[in-house]
Amino acid sequence: MLIINNLKASIEGKSILKGISLEVKPGEIHAIMGPNGSGKSTLAAVLAGREFVEVTEGTITYLGKNLLDMSPEDRAKEGIFLGFQYPIEIPGVSMVNFMKTAINEHRKHNGLEPLSASDFLKLMRDKKELVEIDSKLANRSVNEGFSGGEKKKNEIFQMAMLEPKLAILDETDSGLDIDALRIVANGVNKLKHPDNSFIVITHYQRLLDYIIPDVVHVLYDGRIVKTAGKELALELEEKGYDWIKKEIENNVTA
Amino acid sequence: MEKDQDKIINDVTTTEYKYGFYSDIAMDRIPKGLSEEVVRIISAKKNEPEWLLDFRLKSYRHWLTMKMPTWPNLKIPPINYQEIIFYAAPKERKNLKNIDDIDPELKRTFDKLGIPLEEQKHLAGVAVDAVIDSVSVKTTFKETLAEMGIIFCSFSDAVKEYPDLVKRYMGSVVPYTDNFFATLNSAVFSDGSFCYIPKGVRCPMELSTYFRINSANTGQFERTLLIADEESYVSYLEGCTAPSRDENQLHAAIVEIVAEKNAEVKYSTVQNWYPGDKEGKGGVFNFVTKRGMCKGENSKISWTQIETGSAITWKYPSCILRGDNSTGEFYSVAVTNNYQQADTGTKMTHIGKNTKSTIVSKGISAGHGQNSYRGLVKVLKNASNARNYSQCDSLLLGDKCGAHTFPYLEVDNSTAIVEHEATTSKIGEDQIFYCNQRGISTEDAIGLIVNGYAREVINKLPMEFAVEAQKLLQISLEGSVG
Repeated sequence: MLIINNLKASIEGKSILKGISLEVKPGEIHAIMGPNGSGKSTLAAVLAGREFVEVTEGTITYLGKNLLDMSPEDRAKEGIFLGFQYPIEIPGVSMVNFMKTAINEHRKHNGLEPLSASDFLKLMRDKKELVEIDSKLANRSVNEGFSGGEKKKNEIFQMAMLEPKLAILDETDSGLDIDALRIVANGVNKLKHPDNSFIVITHYQRLLDYIIPDVVHVLYDGRIVKTAGKELALELEEKGYDWIKKEIENNVTA
Repeated sequence: MEKDQDKIINDVTTTEYKYGFYSDIAMDRIPKGLSEEVVRIISAKKNEPEWLLDFRLKSYRHWLTMKMPTWPNLKIPPINYQEIIFYAAPKERKNLKNIDDIDPELKRTFDKLGIPLEEQKHLAGVAVDAVIDSVSVKTTFKETLAEMGIIFCSFSDAVKEYPDLVKRYMGSVVPYTDNFFATLNSAVFSDGSFCYIPKGVRCPMELSTYFRINSANTGQFERTLLIADEESYVSYLEGCTAPSRDENQLHAAIVEIVAEKNAEVKYSTVQNWYPGDKEGKGGVFNFVTKRGMCKGENSKISWTQIETGSAITWKYPSCILRGDNSTGEFYSVAVTNNYQQADTGTKMTHIGKNTKSTIVSKGISAGHGQNSYRGLVKVLKNASNARNYSQCDSLLLGDKCGAHTFPYLEVDNSTAIVEHEATTSKIGEDQIFYCNQRGISTEDAIGLIVNGYAREVINKLPMEFAVEAQKLLQISLEGSVG
């Protein structure tokens, strides 16, 4: 699905990612953890195609294609979805209109006719139920006046609508109470199937009580410093990120 | 990022104007230039009665004493009135009894513009008066409307058939001395639409006038007079396009509305005159005087305008709130892209008691466009309990354009409540990226965001036109953000 090889990237000349390699296979859930400032969100931004991040070295192959050659909207239409850490408000644009435009762009890309209004509304209804989202949200403007939790749930709803092959959730759990967290996690679990993959970026292990990852990576100072199974998340929770820092420093001095 | 922004701006500013074609129609034109003789020729061409010729001559003589105002925030090149043709009409305009009598090329022109002149082909529920250059060529559904006592015809026909109404109301809202361009129009106006809704009648269909400038070097000076008698209602629309030409063309129209007691008039404009090319060459000068008089108690006049075209737009659709409890509204979206300029807004004059006015202005600037809102809210001494709410928003795309706001308040009654809110925003890269990430291209994202921004105004338009206006907004900004 996704192969990242020795990825280096910088923002305004400052090196942030310092050589990341990672492979995500279909059906897998990868968790990327790490302290603040380790480069987690920068990695998500590179995958989604934000231009303020400059890729200086390395390759990213997505479904056999060079991802770095693709525009953000083509990446989206090829099945990459980014759940934003801070979802953007678009005043005056209704969720219905926004989603209909997005869905029909995806369909056009796949050689399908646009959905009829009634089919579209039915799809929206089904997905709202699936991810347990308040149906009022759909009639409001995109994220405008939404609470932090509503915004995050709205990201999961959009993910359900667009059915991505690779979903990257950038700290979707931050700022959520336990109920909202459960709704977000349930959404992911319901959408999971053997052909799609998730990269779940999180600071805390809390979310991983609900979403069970196949692989856990620890990102620190722009590098993946540890990769293991789901038990790594628990170990991190117990020992804190200082444990990782110390281990690295010991390695350096050793 | 910078590069991206430039690309978007570049893209949006490179879209071609869709209505820029010219039709080869056999025309009757008078020689260019302006003089008392020309005014007389126009009047004679139209077989006008003496009183109307007098009105024209009076206006012309007054105009000679006037100078073009210099206060707007616009750069207007000098206009040579001796280089303009003041009258051009399609030939063979015999007595049009039948649609087949219309020049087929003319019919094709309106078909191409999406305004079929055959009633059966037309949007159900919209009656159209089609004006090309100086004359009205066809008014649809005239008979259907006449059954309800509604008069909807060309201005010229009204002069012949309803001289008393024309005499009584023409110039009653916009006097011939009003301003430089209104006075010019009063001297040389050629045609336009006339509409009278009798007492107690709710007009069952949208009435509309479609203006087309076709001939080169021709000015268009039409007049619209709309009278809503007591307890009546009408919704009126106007649309405008012109061929793409290198020279600027002058359009100086007058719209007068009178609303009697308990009457309501909605007047909507989708203005898409040729805006000039992307270097700012050519385009229409749209210098129009539009004013409505809420004459009777509880009357209401509502202006909605979507201004996407014209090289320069200079107009202030206004309301004089004379009747007690009367209401005036102004909803506007004005787009300036490339080198377009707009100085537009409204005047709300509160004279009666308990009068209310609402102003919602949304300016959108892209490319090198300059967009000014200018509005006057005036509350006279006896206008107790007057209310006004004004909201002026500006949206900027790119960093080469400008938005300006000039609100004026003159309040002479201490019971008045006047509110003014203004915002300026830029389309954020974050918003565009968010759309991109959902598979929406930058162009479409801008279309979505701009339409969202303008929604409050677009929602005021009748349905079919709201859809048109949405498309138009998107087209006129295509290529402006990247």
